[in-house]
Amino acid sequence: MDLTSGAAQARVRRRYRAEARFRAYGLVALAVAGVFLVALIADIVRKGLPAFTQHALVLDVAVPADLVDQQVRTDPVAIRGADYFPVMRDALKAAIPNIESRSAEKTLTRLLSAGAANRLASMIVADPTLIGRTVKVPLLLSANADLYFKGTGVGTPITERSGRGIATPSGTSGEITILVSSNDFAENLVAIKRGLGERASLLTAEANRLQRFGSASLADRIKELHEEAAALRARVEQPKVEEALDSNVPSLLVAINGGLVKITKLGDMGITGEVLLPLGSRADAQPGDWKIVTYETAESNRKATDQEVAFLERFKTLGAVEASFNTLFFVGGDSREPELAGIRGALTGSALTLLVTLVLCLPIGVLAAIYLEEFAPRNRLTDLIEVNINNLAAVPSIVFGLLGLAMFLNFFGLPRSAPLVGGLVLGLLVLPTIIIAARAALKAVPPSIKEAALGVGASHQQAVLHHILPLAVPGIMTGAIIGMAHALGETAPLLMIGMVAFIVDVPKTLTEAATVLPVQIYLWSDLPEPAFQYKTAAAIMVLLMFLFAMNGIAIWLRKKFERRW
Amino acid sequence: MDMAVQKAFTEEASAIPAPSKKVKVVARDVNVFYSEKQALKDVSVDIPEHAVMAFIGPSGCGKSTFLRCINRMNDTIPTCRVTGTIEIDGADIYDPKLDVVQLRARVGMVFQKPNPFPKSVYENVAYGPRIHGLARSKAELDDIVASSLKRAGLFDEVKDRLLDSGTGLSGGQQQRLCIARAIAVEPEIILMDEPCSALDPIATAKIEELMEELAETYTIVIVTHSMQQAARVSQRTAFFHLGELVEEGPTEAIFNAPKDKRTQDYITGRFG
Amino acid sequence: MAGLYFLALAALVAAGFFVGRSRALAVAGDDYVGLHSLPAYHGLFVACGILAPMLVVYAVGAPLVAKLAEANASAAFPPDIQSDALTRGSALRDAINLSVGQYSGQASETLKEAAEAYGRTISTGSWSVLGLGLLSALMAAGCCAALISKPFRARNHVERFVTVVLLICAAVAVLTTVGIVLSVATETYRFFFDPHLRGKPGVFDFLFGTEWNPQEALRADQGDIRAAFGFIPLLTGTLLITFIAICVAGPLGLFSAIYLSEYATHRFRAFAKPILEVLAGIPTVVLGFFAALTVAPHIRGWGEYFGLNVASESALAAGLVMGMMVIPFISSLSDDVINAVPQSLRDGAYALGSTRSETIKRVVLPAALPGIVSAFMLAISRAIGETMIVVMAAGLAANLTFNPLEAVTTITVQIKTILVGDQEFDSAKTLAAFALGFVLFFVTLLLNIIALQVVRRYR
Repeated sequence: MDLTSGAAQARVRRRYRAEARFRAYGLVALAVAGVFLVALIADIVRKGLPAFTQHALVLDVAVPADLVDQQVRTDPVAIRGADYFPVMRDALKAAIPNIESRSAEKTLTRLLSAGAANRLASMIVADPTLIGRTVKVPLLLSANADLYFKGTGVGTPITERSGRGIATPSGTSGEITILVSSNDFAENLVAIKRGLGERASLLTAEANRLQRFGSASLADRIKELHEEAAALRARVEQPKVEEALDSNVPSLLVAINGGLVKITKLGDMGITGEVLLPLGSRADAQPGDWKIVTYETAESNRKATDQEVAFLERFKTLGAVEASFNTLFFVGGDSREPELAGIRGALTGSALTLLVTLVLCLPIGVLAAIYLEEFAPRNRLTDLIEVNINNLAAVPSIVFGLLGLAMFLNFFGLPRSAPLVGGLVLGLLVLPTIIIAARAALKAVPPSIKEAALGVGASHQQAVLHHILPLAVPGIMTGAIIGMAHALGETAPLLMIGMVAFIVDVPKTLTEAATVLPVQIYLWSDLPEPAFQYKTAAAIMVLLMFLFAMNGIAIWLRKKFERRW
Repeated sequence: MDMAVQKAFTEEASAIPAPSKKVKVVARDVNVFYSEKQALKDVSVDIPEHAVMAFIGPSGCGKSTFLRCINRMNDTIPTCRVTGTIEIDGADIYDPKLDVVQLRARVGMVFQKPNPFPKSVYENVAYGPRIHGLARSKAELDDIVASSLKRAGLFDEVKDRLLDSGTGLSGGQQQRLCIARAIAVEPEIILMDEPCSALDPIATAKIEELMEELAETYTIVIVTHSMQQAARVSQRTAFFHLGELVEEGPTEAIFNAPKDKRTQDYITGRFG
Repeated sequence: MAGLYFLALAALVAAGFFVGRSRALAVAGDDYVGLHSLPAYHGLFVACGILAPMLVVYAVGAPLVAKLAEANASAAFPPDIQSDALTRGSALRDAINLSVGQYSGQASETLKEAAEAYGRTISTGSWSVLGLGLLSALMAAGCCAALISKPFRARNHVERFVTVVLLICAAVAVLTTVGIVLSVATETYRFFFDPHLRGKPGVFDFLFGTEWNPQEALRADQGDIRAAFGFIPLLTGTLLITFIAICVAGPLGLFSAIYLSEYATHRFRAFAKPILEVLAGIPTVVLGFFAALTVAPHIRGWGEYFGLNVASESALAAGLVMGMMVIPFISSLSDDVINAVPQSLRDGAYALGSTRSETIKRVVLPAALPGIVSAFMLAISRAIGETMIVVMAAGLAANLTFNPLEAVTTITVQIKTILVGDQEFDSAKTLAAFALGFVLFFVTLLLNIIALQVVRRYR
């Protein structure tokens, strides 16, 4: 065989290239799996981390003397039941005085969570003498306001520059005009017009791009885009004309005399606007004493309105905004309000369910494994049981849910949504896993140990119980923990037995309605509020943390008690 | 070897008086099957009391299988079937009414590889007496453990580490621990399945010495690969080949004047 | 009542243990060694003797009492209620609730009467069960204690009892399968053949119908809503998503397995294997969240960029993420079977001058092929039965399409959708979910049995 000819060498080279390619496929496959895992976890951590902090407004709250009746001043129920809304509203209005518009006032009060007063109520319960005094207390912000401070796309970047001329406001609230002695707004006007132009070209470009695909279904959309672009261009053509600002362009505001005015009509030398934060006076503002503020994101592209941004920014300047660790997330039950929703109910539900699962499937699983590994006669029945267990491990989990629904709920009449039933279903679900793991652990104990025990006259059962089982315990524990981790992450069968109810209270018994962590994740992920998405991701982080911890313990156990015989 | 010489050997062999001791175990026509495969064919042998009897033969000849019939360890193999009779002191040990656990308490066993429980030295020895209810109190149990360890010649070496794990001892010590564990239940017979095959010569010598002492109180049956060992420790020897008991007799006779060609080939090292 | 019964049971069992043990010590006297079994075994013998009859009495007695009480309670209702199964059921529930003090409405005289009858039967019944249990326990204890003597083989009897307990535990797994088969099969039978069921489809309509719409007209003016139970769109949807998943997971899982078993150094393996294990351990609800909120919008965005109309719940998104879920199944099983290929086969190929990849392609993979096929079958079975990813990322509308960019629905999604929330148990819609469960169970069972049989030979 000639290995030195050119053709032979080329052949060898080609074969080695194929070899390298084949090898690369394997690495790429592993890399894809790794990248997916990293992307998944990064995405969840990115979404979940903001949910672990929470913002509150620390305000001086004057607790009125008549908050509760004199006779029940120390009664926690009465204190918690009192109406805190006016109290909090007054505290907010004291922080930002002179708000006259009803809608602005409504916006202001809505910045607070429905549960904002809980903290205050608890403080008063602990110390009833606070009634009639002024207390500095953190008031929980609503979910959107909270997200605003987390910089999660609810708000907007803000830029400002000083005014060059003398500005004269026509009033302190409502709709006012501000005349300026210089052409301060000219460049904004130009910028706005340029922005309109850019938007028009973008729309045209998109229309042309779609045109290329030539699909008939897109024709309407293309026409729409062209029309919109034409309308925008018409506005750009007239440079000096006053431009009315809508919510599709960045918001322009004027900060003057301690107030804030949102520009609705922009001219060269003056503006018309709506007061968002009341002005201190109608006095002229000297050059440099007033500012032009821009909320860069157009109002229509963000959750927070200009009014809300104005309020929240004001609270920030007042130093009233306080961020803290979101303990409520861990101690609260479920809630319709994202900022009040917590996972304690779901965690407790999971704990109760897993307790039932463990109590059911650990003893049964271990005893079954002992029987099959040590005592079962080798016959068809045993074969059947074995095949059956292996198959059961691969039955879709939702089928176990059907079993739970038909058997436990409808036939045996056990309560719906209860951890008891959930635990039973999950117990049957992980039973095969535990049996298989326990059998492997029993099998790993060398037969010499059993022979030694039998040799001194131990019965077969004594040999198993005194010697083999104790040596198999670490392996069984490892299997049990992995089985429990599996049960902890399981969702589908629990949906079948009704553990999807909205449950605010933390469950206390095995038979009351409850939900579990993965089901809570499923429920939250379905809700439209963005704040719930963050909560979902945070709940997933908690779930994964538990799972990693459990698997970590299992690996540690395996490593620690691994024995070479 | 011509016939005359053969005959002379035979006569000489029969001239050696059989040990005058009582017979402890009587086996008649023992057959053992694993599934369909026959491992032992019609084995009949008498094992004398208070003596060491050795089973020798090449690997896979059935000597271990026969040993394990004497305390019914073969019961643990589901496919194994035993026919024929084995009697200890005249009582059939395959009698269905017999409690196999009690049989094994009477017939202790020491295995090829030392297999102490992964527990303390004390627990290893105390386990048997405990499950058989041989001690009413902790003090009694302590006594049993100490005397068993002493009789196994291990006490002085481990008396300071009775609570250390038995698996931490050296190989020879482990095997003597297993012997101590076996004699702690006061058996009448001790079966030893190649007890020295995993040990070094010094440890082997100690075990052999121990066997001689133990033979005064117990009936010992040893399976061994080593003909020298059989010659050193046993009073009687049985030679197994391909599942058959080829020849059995006083050890000297077997080694000096084997009646069967196969025995002769084996002890002269032609096979095995 | 159950609490009291089991308290008595626990107390008697404990007492039985001590009685048996001390009696054994007494018969032994000075000859402690002469006892066949340890005294503790004699104690356990008596304890088991008490435990078994008491459990049997309860297991038989308690349901009997409940049935009797229900019969007595419904006897109090007027005949028109008794004749209608549905109203009788709800009236009975009311009566039971009233009897245990959880009834919230205003109770009628008949209801009170029924509740009283129910309570009376339950109370007398429970006491008789308790009495019977105690009696049987005492008799059993007496018999057991009388048997105790020096040669009595208490240990053997206890061990026989324990063996039976072990056998029962092993049987639980079989009972689970029986339970599953019974629950899906009976409901499925009713779905197709129950004469009282309105709107049920024929078997043929179900298997070959192309329209799936389990909504039922609840009011007369909704006449245009007609329930349809055609299984085909669900089947195609399930297969489409499964197909996408296997297209993703098949090559990735197989190449991962080949790399890990044939190329990877020990250290790389120690680093790469956990990635797959972690992937396998991630709950599917998490993957569903990722599929619905991250992957699907991205796919939609890319599709829009190329001018494609991608449904926001496209089969592609669900299939891709499901593929990721399935990778570990394929890779770990393939890894096992590839490792099981004897080294001698590889050596033969190397000796002929094959490169590694040639050896793998020509020798290892063909030898491991049946195992790899069964790994794929198990993965397909997983993908078909997977619920949460498709519930969260796939659609509800039963579109009969093979376009991966459109929304499709699957068997599991429909089971979940039908059964979650309020349901009346006797409607065709609810039973349809069980029929789907029946199909799901047997399809996956078939795949599993074949695959496991092959895998077992490899292990």
